[in-house]
Amino acid sequence: MRKQVISALVVTIVAVALATWIVFFPKSFQSLTGRDVSTHLGLDLQGGSQIFLRPADPNEADLAAKLENAAGVIERRVNGLGVSESVVQVVNSDSIVVELPGVKDPAAASEALKGAGNLEFIDPQGQYLPDGTEVCTTATPRYPITVQLPSSVTGTTGVTTTDSLSNTNPLSSTNNLTTTTPTTTTERPCESPYTTIARGSDLDTSQVALTTDQAGRPAVFFRFQTNSDSATQIASFTSQNIGRPMSIVVDNRVISSPQINGSLPGEGIITMGSTGTTVAEQNSQAQALQNQLKYGALPVTLIEDSNRSISATLGNDSIDASKIAGAIGLIAVMLFMLMYYRLPGLLADIALIVYTILSFAIYNLVPVTLTLPGIAGFILSIGLAVDANVLIFARIKEELHRGRSLERAVEDGFNHAWPSIRDSNASTLITSFILYVLGNGLGVSIIQGFALTLALGIIVSLFTAITVSRMLLRLTIDLGVSNPRWFGVNPEEDAAEVAALSSEQA
Amino acid sequence: MLDLVRRRYLWFAISILTIIPGLISMLVFGLNLGVDFSGGARWEIHIPSISETRDGLENDVNAVFAESGIEGARTQLSQGTTNNQQFVIAFVRSKSVQSDSAERKAVETGLTSKFGADTRIETVQTVGETVRGRSIRNAIVAVFIASLAIMGYLWAAFRGTPNPIRYGVCAIIAMLHDVLVVIGMASILGWLIGLEVDALFMTAVLTVISFSVHDTIVVFDRVRENVRRSSDDYERVVNRSIVQTLTRSINTQFTSFFTLTALLLFGGESIRSFVLILLLGLISGTYSSIFNAAQLLVVWENREWRNWFGRGKDKVKPATAA
Repeated sequence: MRKQVISALVVTIVAVALATWIVFFPKSFQSLTGRDVSTHLGLDLQGGSQIFLRPADPNEADLAAKLENAAGVIERRVNGLGVSESVVQVVNSDSIVVELPGVKDPAAASEALKGAGNLEFIDPQGQYLPDGTEVCTTATPRYPITVQLPSSVTGTTGVTTTDSLSNTNPLSSTNNLTTTTPTTTTERPCESPYTTIARGSDLDTSQVALTTDQAGRPAVFFRFQTNSDSATQIASFTSQNIGRPMSIVVDNRVISSPQINGSLPGEGIITMGSTGTTVAEQNSQAQALQNQLKYGALPVTLIEDSNRSISATLGNDSIDASKIAGAIGLIAVMLFMLMYYRLPGLLADIALIVYTILSFAIYNLVPVTLTLPGIAGFILSIGLAVDANVLIFARIKEELHRGRSLERAVEDGFNHAWPSIRDSNASTLITSFILYVLGNGLGVSIIQGFALTLALGIIVSLFTAITVSRMLLRLTIDLGVSNPRWFGVNPEEDAAEVAALSSEQA
Repeated sequence: MLDLVRRRYLWFAISILTIIPGLISMLVFGLNLGVDFSGGARWEIHIPSISETRDGLENDVNAVFAESGIEGARTQLSQGTTNNQQFVIAFVRSKSVQSDSAERKAVETGLTSKFGADTRIETVQTVGETVRGRSIRNAIVAVFIASLAIMGYLWAAFRGTPNPIRYGVCAIIAMLHDVLVVIGMASILGWLIGLEVDALFMTAVLTVISFSVHDTIVVFDRVRENVRRSSDDYERVVNRSIVQTLTRSINTQFTSFFTLTALLLFGGESIRSFVLILLLGLISGTYSSIFNAAQLLVVWENREWRNWFGRGKDKVKPATAA
């Protein structure tokens, strides 16, 4: 057996074994690697939380425009990875409804969403301000707004309803949600504000990323735009105050007060020090902070109005129906390949199964949120995977028609099919890359999700077509299958065709 | 050998005849925009009992809306308890409805007759387009830039052949053909069967675009290979390339056709229009890769537009095809 065949076989077996582990035993994978690889379903398939947010100050100027902006920022925060399926919508021009698929902790989610994300570095006048201290600063001269939420009532199946419906007074039929929720807002005057050195509005948002500090604690990396006021001010402040503390403040609350060890060149990390007790908590805090810094501050302070769980947008029946349809489609494709291409068709069918399981494993690993259109798109991407095989087999058949030996035909078939596979897939990869990058810049998360699924589909299908199918074909030849009939070619019948073809080629 | 190139103006004519009705429909009726794009109403309905299964309840609520003349309503449910009494809140997204309209009254009566007298509409709010819908308009910019990039890539990939720029341009023209077919069809189906253009529609169009270019490149690749090998007349080389890739084009189309038809027939109601658009788009994509893209290369090679007007040699007007 050839060396390449053996190495390709080993790679395939390892990949399939890993993928099987991830897809069928996500729990054991998680316990060993600490990575959650369960399937993420979209709001259309599994239901989730519905959070109503409204502005703290309903009389704010230009509210409608600010809410539109805020909805955009929230949409981007929700889709930190650009692959989830959520609904963000301005309601009655005075509040925002956010629906999140499968959120286990709606309270934490809403905390991350409504946090304004206003980052500041302040001069704490030499004191080490404890984490969580409420401060007012020269840039935002006010204390955090404290909001008292109405008491929550637990519904049946563990559903939490913290909205006006739990009140016993009867509801009128117009817009009661904003009027019947009792909330109190406390404001304190800001007398001696701390000096703001640098502000989040000067951050280079493309550089904000999750990281860890030297001790391995979760942290957020940031960098100010070169030549921005914040970058110059923080550099000069830190070089003059070595050995003294500086406080990092988000939404007027101290996150940490590290000691300055040297001049900061306009970048650094924010550690989620003692603010969370467990690593998981620190991780989720770092994630929330990263989202808030990356996608910008909210132009308006939002408070939670209600928070409850809701069912999926699509019924179970349509999910089941699509699963059946997908299975029927897949079987039809496999039968077609088998009948038209015989033995190679069977090998392509095996490659197709490998493709399916690898794709699902990668979806769970990334993770890609699966929605019904996502699943439909996946079923369709099977077409892409089959296409590469069809191209190769058509070439092999051609070579056999020309009277080549089987072994030669397989190698030539692959080599001749390669330029067209390369160019067609490269152009699709370019499309998905541009859609992904621009989707990020323009905040088009659904486009990003599509681009990501498409790109993953292409990469996996190239692997299965080039590595897996080819290896299987070589393997069968090495195992002694040599009759061209297995490849759907009849040497005697084709004699005439061969003659015709060669005269045409000349 | 089958001569597909000789009849090229017939193929162009078929394309134009497919596109024109859609364009007229676009101008007259526009697109039937879904809630994602146009915004609409958001209903909150209090339903006292939960004896039914979730799916049954959702379908019943949707049915009441449909009977009242509000098509395409989407229902989500939430449960709650007051005074130890369970109830369900149904959230429904639908098209805009006037507060004193006949439809609203019909929904109210329909709901009470179906779920009992305690059923009531808590609120009907106006909602703007979803952020998703708003931002998707920007996708058009992304597609435009992607087209330029593909043209550039094909130019580089075909640099060994004469006039490499033509391949990129013709691939993009064939792609535009498919986009026009799909959007025109969507407009016609909008008033014919109430097909809605929503965020999903945009995903379908993006899929069609990628598949169209993918298909075209496979044919062009054969042209590239054959041009290098033979000194034959360009027209004959292109024809041979199309015929040689015909089996592959049809077979690939078949496999997508199987899965999509299965989804169309057995898949859920909610993705039916999405699948229908994809199916039309892929058929159009296969057609344009065989009958438009490579044929345009021949038209360009022969500079046939010099014969279109004046001499009246060809009867068909290839207005958009060029």
